[in-house]
Amino acid sequence: MSEMSSNIILVILVTSFATYLSRFLGVVSSEKIKETSKIFKWFNCIAYSVLAALIARMVVFPAGELAESAIFIRLFVVVVSVVMYLFTKRNLVYPTVASAIILAILNNYLSI
Amino acid sequence: MINSKYFFQGFKSIKGLDSPALALGASFIAIGALLKNIGFNLEQSIFSTFLTYALPGSLVMAESFLVGASLINIFLAVWLVNTRLYPMTVSLMPLLLHKSQPRWKYYLSCHFIAVSAWLIMKNKYQSIEKEHRIDFWIGIGTGTWSIAIVSTIIGFLASDYLSKDMMIGLAIVNPVYFTCMMVGAMKSLQINLSIILGAILGPAFFFITPEWSILFGGALAGTIAYFVGELK
Repeated sequence: MSEMSSNIILVILVTSFATYLSRFLGVVSSEKIKETSKIFKWFNCIAYSVLAALIARMVVFPAGELAESAIFIRLFVVVVSVVMYLFTKRNLVYPTVASAIILAILNNYLSI
Repeated sequence: MINSKYFFQGFKSIKGLDSPALALGASFIAIGALLKNIGFNLEQSIFSTFLTYALPGSLVMAESFLVGASLINIFLAVWLVNTRLYPMTVSLMPLLLHKSQPRWKYYLSCHFIAVSAWLIMKNKYQSIEKEHRIDFWIGIGTGTWSIAIVSTIIGFLASDYLSKDMMIGLAIVNPVYFTCMMVGAMKSLQINLSIILGAILGPAFFFITPEWSILFGGALAGTIAYFVGELK
């Protein structure tokens, strides 16, 4: 095994460990938390708001390829998709497929 | 050991009109292509998704690896971005705990906690008796995890054929899917406020501290939403 590939394996193991750690500690804490307790409700709010923060950040300050599209185009695509979701009785296939196509088209014709 | 009826009922969540398959597929195809571009081989890419199965963490790993960050730095960066999995686990597992079920199921299946599987379970848990929820959850987890692994392989193999426009298109699918799922989850004052405030405060905190914006913005938003909901 070359040095490069053993290094990649280590990087993957470290990443996996860093990821599993939060999940594992979550289960440990869960053993003592009742679903009717206040602390459960509080964690529930935090879980939803952290996810909302993460998703909003992916749209407003994206990393990677998405950063090469304009922010107003991304926001437009998200709004159109949510409207489509609500008007198709909460179908998730239409808005997700449409979002990729609309973004690719707009990004080509409206790029700054 | 695992009740197959509930397992397959959960596994089938990956079919149907509210399936996470497209969104998960799109983002892990992008991950597969990204891992190939930074020099991973196919086995390493599969291994990575198999063991990590958390999108933002894999992105951070790829970025850090590219700039030659040390293992300690990679650990800290990934741990920080994936800390959100802690409140997600704490707000899910108590719903699945049942004294008749062995503990190893919980410690193994927490590996499946990621946004898509979590949102599906939160939407559906009430329709399953508590005793069987963990098997249902293992079914959802196995289904979504399998999609992620297969998509990583597809992305790796197809990377040469994916144009820039296609990659940008793939990248929006995931946030759009999650946004729709979150809108669908808005069913109580506390949850609605948590989601709306989180979506505002997360990006707002980015101006103050980019690395901590999601945790700080999210924790503050969730805490405000909790107290407003309790006072009502």
